[in-house]
Amino acid sequence: MMKRFAWTTAESPSAAASAASTICAEAMALTDGATDGAIVMAGGIDLLDLMKEGLLAPARLIGLRDIADFGAIDLERDGARLGAGITLAALAADARIRRRYPALAAAAAGAASPQIRNVATLGGNLLQRPRCWYFRSRHHRCLRRGGVHCFAHDGDNRYHAIFDNRRCAIVHPSTLATVLVALGADVQLTDAAGGSRRLPLEVFLTPPAGDLTRENILQPREILHAVHLPPISEGIRMAHSKRGEKDAFDWPLAEVAVVLDLEPGGRCRDAAVILGAAAPAPHRAVNAARQLVGAVIDEKRATAAAAAAIEDATPLADNGHKLPLFEALVRRTIMAAAQGRLEDSILR
Amino acid sequence: MNAGDDSAGGPSDSPTRAEPFPYGILGVDLARIVRSIPADEPPPLAPNAELAIIGRSATRLDARDKVTGASRFTVDVGLPGMLHGRILRSRFAHARIRSIDASAALRAPGVRAVEVLAQPTAPHGSNASTVRYVGQPLAAVAADSLAAVEEALQRIEVDYEPLPFVVDLATARRPTAPPVYTADDAPRGSASGYPAPAGLPLHGNVRGPAIVDRGDVARGFADADVEVESDYATQVQTHCCLEPHAIVADWRADGLTVHVSTQYTSGVRHELAEAFGLPLAAVRVIAKAIGGGFGSKSTLGVYGRLAVGLSRQARAPVRIVLDREEEQIDAGNRPSTWQRLRLGARRDGTLTAVRLTSYGSAGVGLGAGVWSLAERLYPCANFLGEQHDVFTNAGAGCAMRGPGAVPGAWGMEQAVDELAERLGIDPLALRDRIDPSPVRREERRIGAQRSGWFERRPPAADPGPIKRGIGCAQSLWMTNVQLNAACEVRVHRDGSVEVFSGVQDIGTGTGTVMAQVVAEVLGLTPQAITVRIGDTRFPAGPPSYGSRTTASITPPARTAAWHVLQSLFREAAPLLDADPAALFAHEGRIGVRDDPARSIALAQAAARSRTDFVSAVASRADDYAGFDVRMGDAAIARQYLGGVQFATVAVDTETGIVRVERVVAVQDCGRPINPRLIESQVQGGVLMGMSFALFEERLLDRHTGHMVNANLEQYKLAGACETPDIEVIVLENYQANSATDAYGIAEPANIATAPAIANAVYNAIGVRLRSLPITPAAVLAALGKIPSRDAP
Ligand SMILES: Cc1cc2nc3c(=O)[nH]c(=O)nc-3n(C[C@H](O)[C@H](O)[C@H](O)COP(=O)(O)OP(=O)(O)OC[C@H]3O[C@@H](n4cnc5c(N)ncnc54)[C@H](O)[C@@H]3O)c2cc1C
Ligand code: SF4
Repeated sequence: MMKRFAWTTAESPSAAASAASTICAEAMALTDGATDGAIVMAGGIDLLDLMKEGLLAPARLIGLRDIADFGAIDLERDGARLGAGITLAALAADARIRRRYPALAAAAAGAASPQIRNVATLGGNLLQRPRCWYFRSRHHRCLRRGGVHCFAHDGDNRYHAIFDNRRCAIVHPSTLATVLVALGADVQLTDAAGGSRRLPLEVFLTPPAGDLTRENILQPREILHAVHLPPISEGIRMAHSKRGEKDAFDWPLAEVAVVLDLEPGGRCRDAAVILGAAAPAPHRAVNAARQLVGAVIDEKRATAAAAAAIEDATPLADNGHKLPLFEALVRRTIMAAAQGRLEDSILR
Repeated sequence: MNAGDDSAGGPSDSPTRAEPFPYGILGVDLARIVRSIPADEPPPLAPNAELAIIGRSATRLDARDKVTGASRFTVDVGLPGMLHGRILRSRFAHARIRSIDASAALRAPGVRAVEVLAQPTAPHGSNASTVRYVGQPLAAVAADSLAAVEEALQRIEVDYEPLPFVVDLATARRPTAPPVYTADDAPRGSASGYPAPAGLPLHGNVRGPAIVDRGDVARGFADADVEVESDYATQVQTHCCLEPHAIVADWRADGLTVHVSTQYTSGVRHELAEAFGLPLAAVRVIAKAIGGGFGSKSTLGVYGRLAVGLSRQARAPVRIVLDREEEQIDAGNRPSTWQRLRLGARRDGTLTAVRLTSYGSAGVGLGAGVWSLAERLYPCANFLGEQHDVFTNAGAGCAMRGPGAVPGAWGMEQAVDELAERLGIDPLALRDRIDPSPVRREERRIGAQRSGWFERRPPAADPGPIKRGIGCAQSLWMTNVQLNAACEVRVHRDGSVEVFSGVQDIGTGTGTVMAQVVAEVLGLTPQAITVRIGDTRFPAGPPSYGSRTTASITPPARTAAWHVLQSLFREAAPLLDADPAALFAHEGRIGVRDDPARSIALAQAAARSRTDFVSAVASRADDYAGFDVRMGDAAIARQYLGGVQFATVAVDTETGIVRVERVVAVQDCGRPINPRLIESQVQGGVLMGMSFALFEERLLDRHTGHMVNANLEQYKLAGACETPDIEVIVLENYQANSATDAYGIAEPANIATAPAIANAVYNAIGVRLRSLPITPAAVLAALGKIPSRDAP
């Protein structure tokens, strides 16, 4: 059951940052998640869940919903700036985003469930904690919660990582992160003094080596203010696919975002193939991309890239099925992108 | 019959009369049969086509309340001065409890009562007892607020001595497995009845076998031209009622009242009277709106008794509502099963021998068999069944929608398809040969037409990665009746009507079908009937489990209404200057049958009543043709319930994803009273079966014994996206057995779905999945697509 907490709201990003004396990851590494500190809350889908499960008990929550324009979408010259407070539903519905970054809109439209998308925000989605069921159980205090043991390695790891899984085998839970990393997005962080830093999302989602208690480098007294998307040139093609046991209200077993930059003749200039639900962070399949660059993309190329995408996977006892699943999904998503389809929509 | 006159004595010495009843399947062999019935039973009811209200889809009486949120569930009950209670549960899967010290909890702020459970049979010495699964209740606290309860629970000191444990069926079967029980303390009876008679031997964790041995299977197999043998397994499924288990217990000097989410108000009354030494008259049980039960609310259980104990101690009402985690770990479940089936047949399909061996686990409970479906669906002279219960350190199983029959059909209906393939016979043609039921024969015929069965192709016919297939499976279930079922009908002087019974409506529309039956008799609309149910102060109501509610309560509802109507006819006769026997009720009026112009309002007759209302109470008579089995209040009719379902699936052989695209369900339930409510039951059964087939599974960690998906997020229930088109067709199968001739539907609709899907998956991909659930991982493994792990 949830413990009592005080509730205030912030009116500006810097006010929120100055009130945010701690962050979720820091508090959860303490024994029972109890903290005298204050944590920011956006949609609350993840935060309140953790509190109800008895994993997190902050003394104070700071609401972000009153911040003016926190959910604004600004189309910059060619790129875009997305306020961290935009809901997944609004992101999915925005005509400009659908036109310019169709895979992002599609991914937002397919995540979680309609009710969740109406409340969940871009910032919260990128910063949500992982869904490893041991991590989410107050009866199992694992490495990621400051304990000494990973329960997943010798336990039930059917939904866990197939890459970078040696010590902790979480998969990064964010669908949007998968697409945004593929698109080469930046995040903008704002501190209490109103100062800002901007860095690639992929870097932001890489915590210091050896620190298993967090999935990003957000600091206390700092908030995620916006996401910047790069411009889209003529030859850019993108697609996103995901597969789960269920099609909604479920977590994907595998997701793939592909962004291709094609020359007018069809030759691939550049490619990003990012796997979600595969590793503790969105997983860049470098070898797969290498198979594509310089080639005209056809089924054979896509098949080779798909094989390359999983060749260095290290599956655990219960998640070997992710290999054929990813292989199929990578191939199909590359073909969907190359052929100008949004996603591979076979059987969903 | 006069008010309350429930004729005594066996049917044999009561006066009877002979009447012609509709009998048979509409559209196939509907005819008449003369039955001798008790003299106080109403005359035969015509087939549905000739009736005004029965057989039509009346809107649920509580539809508006349900969709507007006005319905009051137990979780909505609040009494003045009410306390909140919660339960302390074991963190260990198996441990000796050296001591429990609750003194600090009792002193905690706001705390009004603490109950500590001690097992009287504690085998290991003085104040020690043993917990055998994670989540087993140890103590409970009642306090002014939930926060105070939480505080206090944390102050209870439990000294555990952890013991070795086992949570999976296969490991628990091994002789070296940690024993869940000792020979002395292992349960002997059967938790939910299938099959496990008392007195079975215990070896390690294995109780059984319960044996059925008929004919000579060895000779039967020797006579067979063809044999098939395979193993089939099912997982643990949890009930996942939308409304959790909930109770508000109010212990007072003048008696105990409980508001509770239950499937059997009368049963809870008996449980409480016995547990607390109270006379039945001092216990009142109330269950208004109920958010599902599916078997898990058949009995009150420990949480309910704890609430009553807390209320008695605190002298104040106490509410306990289980949270979702408690629902998942300690509110019952469908046991896991493993079975081996061997069938022998002649070349023409005739079965020569059937051999069944099963092992199932209901955790620390019993009742994990696969029922007698394999023995009954396709009669075979030579049958040997050996069923075993295996104890594991997990929450006890209990009845769940078609208990035993669901895993039973999972095995048998695939085995029959395997046999058909081996024989080179169409699966439906084989069933035509070996299934004697004329009802299912018609259901197969209809279903084959509606489902596109005749376009069925050989296995794995689609060339691309997406492969489609169709499969069918059959259902069999007991036609249960509860004789502890009564109903009172009152017509007031102003003509308004009330119907009373203790029966509860767990969401199936019980109140609505009762109103329909009474309305049909009185010539009114269902909306004109006020139904008051779910309270033990009313005449005894039957349970809402075993698909028996409609079968048990609608006949007494009609009988009571019919007796009231006879009284009204007597009041009306002088006004109409006619013989009471010449009168009929229609559209709110009483008229003369041969001269419909002569009529008065029903209320005019009612106004002449000597007292404020005319009333009659009736109880459920025995089936007119007698019963197959009768045990106390419960009985099973002679003809069993059936159903045939056809599933169309698509399988993505590259991702392993299976989607059910369409299900055609052809079912029977005697006389259908309300087609829309039946359709909704069948849809629910199909959805639950589909969700069981593809998604659901309780997962226990083998090192900690904890359920890792004790929620509704990682425990996966099918949702809107996964819901197939469902076509429901219901036969009218008249059996001339009661005042309404209605039987049940809820369980039979849930039994055939999973094997129909498995047979369809086989038809799609040419590989058979014999273990549930059919997840992408399972499909990819079956297709040989998962690389072996020793590579890196
Ligand atoms: C059944 C289910 C299925 C789901 N399926 C998917 C899915 O398929 N794909 C997917 O991506 N997600 C899925 N989700 C997760 C859901 O999308 C996220 O929980 C949600 O997006 C979180 O957003 P929020 O705004 O509610 O975050 P909150 O819960 O408010 O916050 C999450 C975290 O971020 C921090 N935070 C939020 N905003 C900021 C900010 N601007 N600056 C700094 N810190 C901040 C909070 O302190 C907190 O720690 C699913 C959830 C459920 C329950
Ligand atoms: S995978 Fe990570 S989060 Fe899960 S139990 Fe292991 S350490 Fe904890």
